[in-house]
Amino acid sequence: MTPSTSGAHPAGTPADSGTTSRTDAAARATATPDTGVPVLEVEDLRVEFRTRGPVVNAVNGVSYSIAPGETMAILGESGCGKSVSAQAIMGILDTPPAVISGAIRFEGRDMLAMGAEDQRKIRGPGVSMIFQDALSALNPVYSVGYQIGEMFRAHRGTSKKEARERAVELMDRVRIPAARQRVDDYPHQFSGGMRQRVMIAMALALDPKVLIADEPTTALDVTVQAQVMDLLKDLQRDTGMGLILITHDLGVVNEVADRVSVMYAGKVVETGTTDDVFTRPAHPYTRGLMSSIPLLEDKGHRLNPIVGAPPSLAAIPPGCSFHLRCPMARRGADGRPDCAADVPPLREVVVGRRSACHYSEELLHG
Amino acid sequence: MGLPAVVVTHGAVRLFPSADHPAGARPEERPVGRYVARRLLLTIPVLIGASFLIFAMVYALPGDPIRALAGDRPLPASVQAALTAEFNLDDPLLVQYAKYVGGLLQGDFGTDFRGRPVLDTISQRLPVTVTLTAVAIFFEILIGITAGVLAGLRRGSFFDNLVLVSTTLVVSIPVLVLGFVSQYVLGVRLGWFPVAGITQGLYSYLLPGFILAATSLAYVTRLTRTSLADSLRADYVRTARAKGLAPRTVVVRHTLRNSLIPVVTFIGADIGGLLGGAIITEAVFNIPGLGRAVFDAVSQQEGAVVVGIITLMVFFFIFFNLVVDVLYAVLDPRIRYE
Repeated sequence: MTPSTSGAHPAGTPADSGTTSRTDAAARATATPDTGVPVLEVEDLRVEFRTRGPVVNAVNGVSYSIAPGETMAILGESGCGKSVSAQAIMGILDTPPAVISGAIRFEGRDMLAMGAEDQRKIRGPGVSMIFQDALSALNPVYSVGYQIGEMFRAHRGTSKKEARERAVELMDRVRIPAARQRVDDYPHQFSGGMRQRVMIAMALALDPKVLIADEPTTALDVTVQAQVMDLLKDLQRDTGMGLILITHDLGVVNEVADRVSVMYAGKVVETGTTDDVFTRPAHPYTRGLMSSIPLLEDKGHRLNPIVGAPPSLAAIPPGCSFHLRCPMARRGADGRPDCAADVPPLREVVVGRRSACHYSEELLHG
Repeated sequence: MGLPAVVVTHGAVRLFPSADHPAGARPEERPVGRYVARRLLLTIPVLIGASFLIFAMVYALPGDPIRALAGDRPLPASVQAALTAEFNLDDPLLVQYAKYVGGLLQGDFGTDFRGRPVLDTISQRLPVTVTLTAVAIFFEILIGITAGVLAGLRRGSFFDNLVLVSTTLVVSIPVLVLGFVSQYVLGVRLGWFPVAGITQGLYSYLLPGFILAATSLAYVTRLTRTSLADSLRADYVRTARAKGLAPRTVVVRHTLRNSLIPVVTFIGADIGGLLGGAIITEAVFNIPGLGRAVFDAVSQQEGAVVVGIITLMVFFFIFFNLVVDVLYAVLDPRIRYE
């Protein structure tokens, strides 16, 4: 999975992944009008942590949506709020200290407005999540079969024996060799890649409409990373689920995502199709990310990093949160916006492209 | 003591091989029976060593136990000589010990100076100590774990702070003080509990049992609280919530089970310790248990009694540590025997 900015885009646009290469499981999804109708919508999501110190504004008005069969990547550096936004969707943030506002609509119903019990019933069959480090994310004292089967037992009241059978089927489905022999093994008896497959099997147990994958391959070595991503894509094709991929790996995004949302300091700064964003970034931050990728033909040259460090979420600068690191930042003269004072709105700059920069047009056309 | 410890490694041993996973399918598997047998065999040299050390200590005590037996009135020289000969008191240490072990091998635990078999003393005193231990452990589990869980679930609450303060207080007060104060207030002044003795059946064990448990109870509470608080922050608990499990399931299955592992270990080891008798508690409440028996035997230099009882205590201690080690592997599949 070598990072590269150009070239083939295997998954295609959301529109064709919605109509081509669908198997029977996905046919179900096609029965309801799907393309374009989002299964999950996040609107103006804000998450802040009120602890003893200063308030940490982890997510500051993030909106995105995901359609069945679509893969959307959320790209950003560590600490930009990408995982927190996902955890808010899953309802696994502790409130307090977290304070969540905005709307998270699953199939049109706002999860933040419903009761805890209704919300819980969506986790698993509706929205499901896999985590970065499968070893710590799986309970060490229960067998993997138990932990996978627990999904059926908790949500469908399946018997213990039946749940174990279904766990074997799922382990087969995520291509764990000798699933029947290994169903009673414990997480520590599996390799890193196999453990992540166990996580995936668990998350997919109830055929979720949306799967959130939070850095699913970061803890794995490169060859295993590719296998796990391939598996996720195959399973997505089979089930027609929407996939939200949270990552800082540009190579992974380029290979699997239909659309990408770039986050910086708790905000989405640019969204668009992966091709567009990667080839013609409309935000200086995105451009900085793209030009920081080492290219094979540039061997021997210095890397080209973005200067400075991302701001602390407890002290986000006024105006555009990126202006302190931005090579294009302007002091607004003659009626033009001041990057250090005016907050740039996320606006459509080209059809299908949104960017939160006052000077996106210059970047695109200049 | 050179005993093999249970070691945490990756690649655990399965205790109960399932039908479709026959034993021997994995090279690292070793049956638990062999491990237990080896540990039990190793207790033999420990018991021999311990009994010899105790024997030597009693031997080293100053004074003549036979003369002390008689009190102020001097014994006729012939009687004294006969008793000294009967109990081998003039022999060198090693000879005395050899004769004692020789008797043990024939099932003879010896007698005290009044001719009463040591085995009789043990069989009379042991049930009392076992009852007292059971009551103490009951309190540790019931109160300690409950309070620890409630405090751990609501960290920073009033109850949590109450637990922190009261456990600190209990740990810092000597058992002797705690025993006498509670005996005076609850027994003498309020009359809620018998002041001393075991004449009222199980009821008379409640207060002494509680006092005996007090220190461990505080430790169990704090251990449970901390362990639970740690588990609650674990990634797998976050996963359990993301799976849409009911809050009760998340706490009971995915938090409690994991956090009780160290608590079970502590309580198991504590049983072994408490069975060794509680000299202070038994003395304060005048309870005729093993602790009392040892105390009396030491002051009267009753070598056979002291050695017999203390060796039994050492055995209990080793045995319950073994039970804990085996239990530990049942609770945590990452543990394997070596």
